[in-house]
Amino acid sequence: MAAGIVEIEDSSFDTEVMKSDLPVLVDFWAPWCGPCRAIAPLVEELSVSFKGQVKFVKCNVDDNPVTPGKFEIRSIPTLIFFKDGKVFDQIVGMVAKAKLEEIIKKMI
Amino acid sequence: MNKADYDLVIIGGGPAGLTAGLYAARARMKVMMLEKVTPGGQVLVTDWIENYPGFPEGISGIDLVQRMTDQAKRFDLVIESAEVAALDLSQPIKKIILSDGNTVSTHTMIIATGASPNTLGVPGESRFSGKGVSFCGTCDGPFFRNKVVAAVGGGDTAVQESMFLTKFASKVYIIHRRNEFRAEKILQERVFANPKIEIIWDSVVTEIKGLSNVEKLGIRNVKTGETRELPVDGCFIWVGTQPNTGFVKNAVKTDESGFIIADLKMETSVPGVFTAGDVRSTPLRQIVTAVGDAAIAVTSAEHYLENL
Repeated sequence: MAAGIVEIEDSSFDTEVMKSDLPVLVDFWAPWCGPCRAIAPLVEELSVSFKGQVKFVKCNVDDNPVTPGKFEIRSIPTLIFFKDGKVFDQIVGMVAKAKLEEIIKKMI
Repeated sequence: MNKADYDLVIIGGGPAGLTAGLYAARARMKVMMLEKVTPGGQVLVTDWIENYPGFPEGISGIDLVQRMTDQAKRFDLVIESAEVAALDLSQPIKKIILSDGNTVSTHTMIIATGASPNTLGVPGESRFSGKGVSFCGTCDGPFFRNKVVAAVGGGDTAVQESMFLTKFASKVYIIHRRNEFRAEKILQERVFANPKIEIIWDSVVTEIKGLSNVEKLGIRNVKTGETRELPVDGCFIWVGTQPNTGFVKNAVKTDESGFIIADLKMETSVPGVFTAGDVRSTPLRQIVTAVGDAAIAVTSAEHYLENL
């Protein structure tokens, strides 16, 4: 995993995401999910491009069932963009890097 | 001859595209692959592959894709992240118009854009997509731990992925419109022996119902006409595929379902334009057939370039 991406847990979600000063992209994933592993490099590339502007975190839905439940996640990969503790946008499934860049640029 | 940007452009990065890339890179062609998301295609959503030779214990879809990608890159295949918007095949040098507005010119191309899952087209299906309606077992199956789900279809995908769902769900109904499966016999044997699976033959889903999530299905027996409701928490749909050919329009000949028609050399109705894999009009859509198509397509593209 790229050094810039923090792995968060149910217990740290509030501090790391809701109370973050920077906008946050949360990548909900699991080890069994092929498409999640496939988009992981795209998210890593973005974490480098937008370093210091957006915080990138990952949440393993197997180990942390509470947070995905709160956001009614029934399908992964799901990427949720948070700004000022609120959901700014949400993407379910495989997505092109250009689309993610577009949302991030709108958010920052 | 006039020079194009590339000898060969491969559109699509599933097993067909990656194999074409491997062969073309080894043939030292000036080649580029265009992939709109990330290499892999439908294999990425395949939990486990047991019928691709060379992996006696089987291999996960993502691992196979990773190996194919590494192998192509080892020979310096260039993979660009771009979506194709349209083709201009009116001249011998073909133009590929990208969705970002750029244009790439090439002497030959291989269309290997694959296929996407069909939908049922019943009420509730799109409304509950991601809320219990799914087309991907390996993405969504584990969210249905100890729940009851339905799987619709009777081919390899439906039967194999239903087995995967039983790792999580307490019960899996397979709803199939006929009274027998088309899936491989070995897959059928496993499904018939699995106590968590109940098969509902001769039946179709007429509606998907619920409040905020899927709660029940309307199903109809096509032989007796009898209708009933089936309480489920999720509905997985595996009823065949449709070709990813939106950008092709009428540029090359297709069959009545939109799959691209090619000859034995994998050449389409336009000279220098080849196709491979699931997007091709073919009696069998497997990883092994896709990679075979791709090898032929690259060799044919080489011959075409030699005769320019």
